[in-house]
Amino acid sequence: MVDRLTSPRFLRAVLPAASFAILLIAIFYLKPRTMSYFGLNLMLQYTVPIALATIAQMFIITVNDLDLSIGPFVGLTACIGATWLADTPLLGILALAGCVAAYAALGALIHWRNLPSIVVTLGMSFVWLGIAVLILPTPGGTAPGWVKWLMGVKTPVVPFPIVATVVIGLVVHLLLMRSSYGAVLRGAGGNPRAIGRAGWSLLKTKMVMFGAAGFFGVLSGLSLIGLTSAADAHIADRYTLYAIAGVILGGGEFVGGRVSPIGAVIGAMTLTLTGSFLTFLKISPDWQIGAQGGILIIVLALRALINRREGLV
Amino acid sequence: MTSLTWISQKAWIWSFVGAFVVWLATALYIGGAGGTAVITTALSFATFTVIVGIGQMFVITTGPGNVDLSIPATISFSGAVAMKIMDGSNAMLPIGFAASMACGLVVGLFNYILIRILRIPPIIATLSSSFLVLSTAIAYGRGLKIKPPPLLAEFATARLLGIPVLAIVIILFAVVMSVVLNRTMYGRSVLAIGQNQRAAWLAGINVERIRFYTYVLSALLAALCGFLLSGFSGGASLNMGQEYLLASIAVVVIGGTSVAGGKANVPGIWGAAMFMFLLVTMLNTFGVSAGIRLILTGLIIVAVITIAGGDKPPR
Amino acid sequence: MNASDETIVALEDVAKHFGAVKALDGVSLTVTSGECLGLVGHNGAGKSTLMHILAGTLDPDRGTIRVGGSDLSNRYNVGVAGENGVRCVFQELSLCPNLTVAENARVFHPSVTGFGWKRRAGTLIREMLDEIFPGHGIEAEDVVGDLSIGKRQMVEIARAFTTTDLPLRTVILDEPTSSLDAVTSGQLLRFIRRVLEQGVSCILTSHVLGEVLDVSDRIVVMKDGLVIATRKGSDFDRNSLVAAMGNVVEIDEIEQHEAREKLRGVAPVVVEAAADRARDTVSLTAHQGEIVGLAGLAGHGQTDLILKIYGAAMRGKGPVNVTRPVALVAGDRQTDGIFHLWSISANIGIRSLAKTVRRGLIDPLAEAAIGAEWRDRISIRTPDMQNNILSLSGGNQQKALFARALASDAEIILMDDPMRGVDVGTKLEVYDLIRAEAEKGRTFLWYTTEMDELYNCDHTFVFRDGAIVADLARGDLTEERVLHSSFQESA
Repeated sequence: MVDRLTSPRFLRAVLPAASFAILLIAIFYLKPRTMSYFGLNLMLQYTVPIALATIAQMFIITVNDLDLSIGPFVGLTACIGATWLADTPLLGILALAGCVAAYAALGALIHWRNLPSIVVTLGMSFVWLGIAVLILPTPGGTAPGWVKWLMGVKTPVVPFPIVATVVIGLVVHLLLMRSSYGAVLRGAGGNPRAIGRAGWSLLKTKMVMFGAAGFFGVLSGLSLIGLTSAADAHIADRYTLYAIAGVILGGGEFVGGRVSPIGAVIGAMTLTLTGSFLTFLKISPDWQIGAQGGILIIVLALRALINRREGLV
Repeated sequence: MTSLTWISQKAWIWSFVGAFVVWLATALYIGGAGGTAVITTALSFATFTVIVGIGQMFVITTGPGNVDLSIPATISFSGAVAMKIMDGSNAMLPIGFAASMACGLVVGLFNYILIRILRIPPIIATLSSSFLVLSTAIAYGRGLKIKPPPLLAEFATARLLGIPVLAIVIILFAVVMSVVLNRTMYGRSVLAIGQNQRAAWLAGINVERIRFYTYVLSALLAALCGFLLSGFSGGASLNMGQEYLLASIAVVVIGGTSVAGGKANVPGIWGAAMFMFLLVTMLNTFGVSAGIRLILTGLIIVAVITIAGGDKPPR
Repeated sequence: MNASDETIVALEDVAKHFGAVKALDGVSLTVTSGECLGLVGHNGAGKSTLMHILAGTLDPDRGTIRVGGSDLSNRYNVGVAGENGVRCVFQELSLCPNLTVAENARVFHPSVTGFGWKRRAGTLIREMLDEIFPGHGIEAEDVVGDLSIGKRQMVEIARAFTTTDLPLRTVILDEPTSSLDAVTSGQLLRFIRRVLEQGVSCILTSHVLGEVLDVSDRIVVMKDGLVIATRKGSDFDRNSLVAAMGNVVEIDEIEQHEAREKLRGVAPVVVEAAADRARDTVSLTAHQGEIVGLAGLAGHGQTDLILKIYGAAMRGKGPVNVTRPVALVAGDRQTDGIFHLWSISANIGIRSLAKTVRRGLIDPLAEAAIGAEWRDRISIRTPDMQNNILSLSGGNQQKALFARALASDAEIILMDDPMRGVDVGTKLEVYDLIRAEAEKGRTFLWYTTEMDELYNCDHTFVFRDGAIVADLARGDLTEERVLHSSFQESA
């Protein structure tokens, strides 16, 4: 029993949830008032868009790539959502579908030319930003009513952001971890050659994963304007970093197809909480990003420690 | 075959050709003496991209997966620290410069420690450290409105026969770094590691030491850029490093350095930096909107990498 | 249920070249249903290449492939092989380490999908594991990366025998027992006999000759990319099989070597190392000026020991005692040796750059001089040493790697089977050079998979399963002894 509880696998799996729980307890201790429906709702408000962006990044990381453009992409979809989707829904839907298709095409390009994803996505981040600026030159626009309504839903007992985040995590878990094609997709990250030898198309797996990332990027943008009601091309620039950090905090590995959707959304929640935690500690907002970097490094250090122990076993 | 090899070896020439074409188009559009003014401005601004580009080039040349994402944070950090220490006084210039270099050294060391001890991919290591560095810069330099020492400002903006002095210095520096790349043990080792890390180790190269030097060099150059840039633009600002993340990678790729590693080119970085700046200038003079400018910048980088891609080692 | 004589797979005149190396030089082979075909041969005989072509992972340069009577030569690939019931258990495992055992089974079978797929895939693989390896202790939900290498190999083997909607006709087993213990190997061999009765055929390679002799109906002996003997399994015994694989070598230099044998015990010891799994505590020692051979079948720990010695020398510490500077001649040129973007000269000079530095800078003339010197001494055939290294033939690339090591200040030269795929003329030139350098006091540690080369060595250590199993002085060296030590007595 003790063996099982101290096994590297178990520790690795528990790390994300444990970091979240510790952070939450610390916050409750500092500000007991946050332990309420309203308090949690306020603290975790922005979890939904961040969790969706994290899931998008997770799809890319599953196939051993990295997306440095997810932030600007979320910004672009937010801009489309607050303008075209609100004014001429059909055009908006087409544009958003086009965004998803563009992501799938990027996956195909990266596979076809064997390109380093970070350079390609870094370049694309400018393209997304440029299009967003063209669509919405100055901050503004309005989110469609139904998006605002959806994001403002009051769920009983447990606040909406928590319910929504858990639902997102479960749905993606079903799709990626429980479906039969999901196994192939993850396998393409674990041992691409084996998947190729078993007769699967690696081009298709890459396109599916990038397409899925694009789809969740769109959802992230829409949920974001549901909260802010207006958009701006730069609204989600920080999401690139949040998304990578979220995946890693959630126990995902950079290579080898070892990811966890549940972990990723927990990672996103942890990240959102850090902000409140630092505020309650009266640490200046200057250290916000730094603290996130620090947490990232600590988690990676812990994981390196666990892995090293595994090497000794 | 031979002409193909020739072109693939001289791919960096295209960056100069591109820069010239773009300049010509701009010069013809505005006409008259405006063309030379455009060139001198471009030289001034390209200088800073070249400084960080050279550091990034060495990092990228050590092979796939190696890239320094902490450059922008280091620029802001070094600029803020130097400005605050010098506090506008000429006498403090050497100390400010030393402090700025120390910032670079610390960041480089920290990056390498993360990569080596935590065994995280360099991308994530430099990204996480950039969070910390940026926060330090923000906290340290909050409300910083300090003018650079007059001497530094003068040096950074001085011109000799109409040519920016700083650009001349950095052109010379690029020549030196080109010699370092091609004629020193260090440079050869970087090129060897980038082609095949395992073979390099088996050929007697201390791979870890070379990687250490490379990440420190990149951070030092980013710090230098921060120092000079704050002198050039009349003080440090916290987001002054921002644009150099993409720029540093873009000039390396456009300049003919292979992202697959093992092949690098210093002159190409100058060509690419000029091209990037002149392109923006051209689009500005044509009255193109900011959005289109961003889109074109991004697409050019994706196009260049798509064309240059595929040169993977024959396995 | 009786095995019929129906031909399942037929290869005709199949050839495959890698550059100048003829891995397969026109091989014909048939497998009939219910038959187990044993495939034996030295390293580099072409077994692996042949299996990869059959599995559809390599395209042959010429020749025809027929499966079940239809000619598939032009469109043969992994998918077609699978549709026609040809499966392969590769030596390098092809499981996804991040997936569970059941998920890996699913990846193999496109038809396992829809609701309840995980349960069905789990049942599929568990039943097969139960049948082949009773008491295996593997759960369908285990993540493959957490399993020991032996259990992974069991999963891989079991997976190849599971059937859904696609037929199962032939299973290629490439060293299937290399990570299995005696018990599970025995289980596998008994299972193979059982499936043969059901009309499925197998192609088997193994470094344990007893296994091949036990289960094979027919044994094909390969050498230098050709089939040199095909006989019924019962017509071979261990000795005749070893004899068929081996080659007779003229030995005319023995006296000269025996004189050198006296170096042992006189000259100082420069390397002292134990192999990884040194159960019988024979450790390797090399004296100054000696040529020491590391023999045995490929991948039995020779390269590991060479790398261990190299690592210890590079770091200046380690479990190995190395007292002089070392250089290494790689055998796998592409991954361990050449720098593909560089000239021949630069490739030779890299190990000796320190010598060429004048006032902090590398002197290109000095570097070129090293290249020019070795071009003559080792006769690298090229019009210009500034040409790219890839412009050379394989043998000349290998000479450049030799030149790199010999031009350096190293007194100990480690050689990791460097003559793979090198033509005879080049070999003889290099042998002479090695002898001459040894006379001057350099020490050579020479891992080779080629018997002839061992006759150039003053002393030979034979490796098996990561341990040194024989320590042969020059006078004791015979091919017979090396082969007998290399192959296990029984499973």
